[in-house]
Amino acid sequence: MSNPNPKPEELVQIGYQPPSKDWMDPSVEFRKGTFCYSALPKNLNYLGLPNAREWQPFDEDWKLPPDWKQIILDGMKERLEKYRSFRLFMDICVRCGACADKCHFYLGSGDPKNMPVLRAELMRSIYRRYFTPAGRLLGPLAATPLAGGRELTEDVVKEWFYYFYQCTECRRCSVFCPYGIDTAEITMIGRELLNLIGCNINWVLEPAANCFRTGNHLGIQPHGFKDSLDFAVDELEELTGIRVDASINRKGAEVLFIVPSADYFGTPHYYTFLGYLALLHEIGLDYTFSAFASEGGNFGLFNSHEMIKRLNAKVYAEARRLGVKWILGGECGHMWRVLHQYMDTMNGPADFLEAPVSPVTGTRFENARSTKMVHICEFTADLIHEGKLRLDPARNNRWTVTFHDSCNPARAMGLLEEPRYILRSVCQRFHEMPENTIREQTFCCGSGSGLGTDENFEMRMRGGLPRANAVRYVKEKYGVNLLACICAIDKATLPPLLEYWVPGVEVAGIHELVGNALVMRGEKPRSTDLRGEPLVELEAAHA
Amino acid sequence: MRDRGIIWMGLALFLVFLTLPAWHNLSARVSAKGPQPVPPAGQKQCVAPVEYMRTSHMRLLLDWRDSVVRRGAQDYTSPDGRHFAMSLTNTCLRECHSAKADFCDRCHNYEAVAVPCWDCHMDSKTLLGSVK
Amino acid sequence: MTRLLSASATVLAIALAAALAGSLEGVRTVLAVAVPYAAFAVLVLGLSWRVVRWSLAPVPFRIPTVCGQQKSLPWIASSRLESPHTTAGVIGRMALEILAFRSLFRNTGSRLERGPRLVYREARWLWLAALLFHWSLLVILLRHLRLLVEPVPTLALVLDRLDGFFQVGAPVVYLSDGLILVSLTYLLQRRVRNPQVRYISLFTDYFALVLLGAIAVSGMWMRYFARADTVAIKQFAIGLTVFRPAVPANLGDWFFVHLALVATLAAYLPFSKLVHLGGVFLSPTRNLANNNRMKRHLNPWNYPVKVHTYQEWEQEFHDKMAAAGLPLERP
Repeated sequence: MSNPNPKPEELVQIGYQPPSKDWMDPSVEFRKGTFCYSALPKNLNYLGLPNAREWQPFDEDWKLPPDWKQIILDGMKERLEKYRSFRLFMDICVRCGACADKCHFYLGSGDPKNMPVLRAELMRSIYRRYFTPAGRLLGPLAATPLAGGRELTEDVVKEWFYYFYQCTECRRCSVFCPYGIDTAEITMIGRELLNLIGCNINWVLEPAANCFRTGNHLGIQPHGFKDSLDFAVDELEELTGIRVDASINRKGAEVLFIVPSADYFGTPHYYTFLGYLALLHEIGLDYTFSAFASEGGNFGLFNSHEMIKRLNAKVYAEARRLGVKWILGGECGHMWRVLHQYMDTMNGPADFLEAPVSPVTGTRFENARSTKMVHICEFTADLIHEGKLRLDPARNNRWTVTFHDSCNPARAMGLLEEPRYILRSVCQRFHEMPENTIREQTFCCGSGSGLGTDENFEMRMRGGLPRANAVRYVKEKYGVNLLACICAIDKATLPPLLEYWVPGVEVAGIHELVGNALVMRGEKPRSTDLRGEPLVELEAAHA
Repeated sequence: MRDRGIIWMGLALFLVFLTLPAWHNLSARVSAKGPQPVPPAGQKQCVAPVEYMRTSHMRLLLDWRDSVVRRGAQDYTSPDGRHFAMSLTNTCLRECHSAKADFCDRCHNYEAVAVPCWDCHMDSKTLLGSVK
Repeated sequence: MTRLLSASATVLAIALAAALAGSLEGVRTVLAVAVPYAAFAVLVLGLSWRVVRWSLAPVPFRIPTVCGQQKSLPWIASSRLESPHTTAGVIGRMALEILAFRSLFRNTGSRLERGPRLVYREARWLWLAALLFHWSLLVILLRHLRLLVEPVPTLALVLDRLDGFFQVGAPVVYLSDGLILVSLTYLLQRRVRNPQVRYISLFTDYFALVLLGAIAVSGMWMRYFARADTVAIKQFAIGLTVFRPAVPANLGDWFFVHLALVATLAAYLPFSKLVHLGGVFLSPTRNLANNNRMKRHLNPWNYPVKVHTYQEWEQEFHDKMAAAGLPLERP
């Protein structure tokens, strides 16, 4: 990129006063740093998606198919009939504006079209023109500011692309809406429609294509997956003196363990991966990884409902092939949106599995009795509560911790207390961020839903401002130096965000801290944590 | 979807509620003939034109009350030049509207308008009974 | 500003036309009889059409917006109202939402201070005004039963007494009348004065507020100042309900203004954002239980998709897997 990234002092000059230009004017400027590049044709071709071609959002000509307008309108009609949410959310918004300053992108950019209400109005204005009685009756007359409708033009398509890829589907606005209108639902459908005419971003389509082919987003092939796992086993042995057994594609294991692929490839995810390995070894769980289902994450969620199902199918397929009893899932955000709210409906019923029971504690996970998939935080919280783990929280004394609720585990699942319970058990200094920035009101990292690319850096920093700002508050107040979270995208994108806005705070997964605190039978005296950093005495930490 | 039945039932319930006045009035054979208060026999003209009295008798009575209680003025001159003593009990009730139930109550019940008059004033029946 | 002015002008035009029509002999009957019947029919049919259309679109996925702790381990207290996992919990959540505007109650306002420092404060005026407006409107509508039903139902009697608790002069001043004026004024000034809300406001947003305000004002004017002949009004209203309409001559201009504006509202409602009165019950992010992993949700249009099967996958990576010593289905 030719432009250097703007400095925080520059970025924070945010004007919330709306511009004089009426929002119905669709023109947008594709300024570097605020949008994502288009999907490469090879990825569209691999997935069999339409209109693969070379193009970029800043091009004048987007090379849309000749009948693009009809495709979009037909697509809208089909979805209005298939999704009550979509039709209802088009119909009942009263534009009260309660959602306006709940969006992290609006708070960070001041761009009025980032107010959730207006993001939806970009679609609603087309709905009013083409799908309401008044719109059809008046025809082009309905496309006036007074009537509230707009003609569907190429500029509108470009505007949709810009703003539907400037929403992380975090659903925070939906918490505040008196009708529960969920912008994620509108963004998902908006992206589906764009997808019909080949307007995608590569950061979504490449992981999706990789995932379809190899089983994971990063495109790691089965032998590469084995190498990563072997490497982690070696490293864990070096750190703890214990060689754990971690099998791949082993038939007859009791549990299939599925994690986001970043866990065995990215940093700081990797330390969490070491934590899982240590924990599951210590309790003697009979589990296996799968190189085919080597990804829990699902970038289909950021493309279309159909793609969710296509990528998710491997989870149950592999559980059936391996003959496991139930499935355990690692720390990931949107992965759990899919597993909790979509998987059973799309690819179930999982009647070939058994209702999950922890073999260590005997606890039956009634809440997962149909889907048969348990979140590792639920699993670990149960272990700790039943006294099955020996923990030395002092080993985490290097850290003063706060917890970032990842959007989807919070607002799709309600997984709020389990991670907190674990954190309080494995570290001694834990402080919450302000009330309206955590739990169901948590702020997104600003890079979710496939927007975490480098070319989108400025917009990511803007979107992450509210989260970073709350971290800064606890850093200044309590000396917090670690942000714990349970999402792979968080772990990838919060470190640069915090470095930008709150230098000095690092990011870790919950199970990294569990792995640090876990006293394993037969382990060598630990001198370092899972990062290989020396352990710190509490007094020394305060000094 | 299995929830269609519930939604349609909810809608039907709402529509029934919305049209309840019609159902009730039709089934109870309510007519639009109104409360039909009984005018006093022998008297043709009230203290003010009947149109005014229909909509504004409460204002007139309140004016009377203010005149008598606050200013001590007792005499009222009607638009057509007649003189009356400003007294609900003695003028209105005793001289003309002796049957409150057939006059005042008819409309007031019809409209569900409660009046505080009788918190203090005795109606004519009670009054006449105590005098005789 | 154009949108507010044109909305106000539209309402004013309707009011003036109604006053004029009410004073013309032949037209009066059309306004007083045909218009209310037509408007009511549009309301009933239009609203039914909207609700039936919503009902015909399936809810393919269970997508509640969860606002509290899930039901998981027995020793973790789950939030029964914010993350309901039972039908009773969902009913409770919906009741809170519809009767108390739970979500709007969460509202906060944000401000960016130097530092940078984003600060949030509680912002409940919108919630309060919205709640007062909706409850006042309900009370006022129910109070009107005294003019529509004979004998007057107890509910209307009780509401009338409660609402008229502060008796000042005659006619009694209703609490709800004052509250609806205050809340509508707040909502309208907020729409005009808050730059963000003004930016998103459409003609229809102003039109609904101004129309409701005009209805309230014309009704109150009729009651407190013009003092309409309510006996005649009730006779007329009952005539409408039993399909034997008779239009007395002495209903007054204000009555026709009020009637025409109400008819406008009724006919406009099904085709505007005001259908939220039905839609709020159907929002899938609120009216579904967070029991996704307990009970399978069915999607009626769930269709088979093209997937990458294990066999295809193993075939592609067969040799590399064999070399790495990974188990194979087809050695």
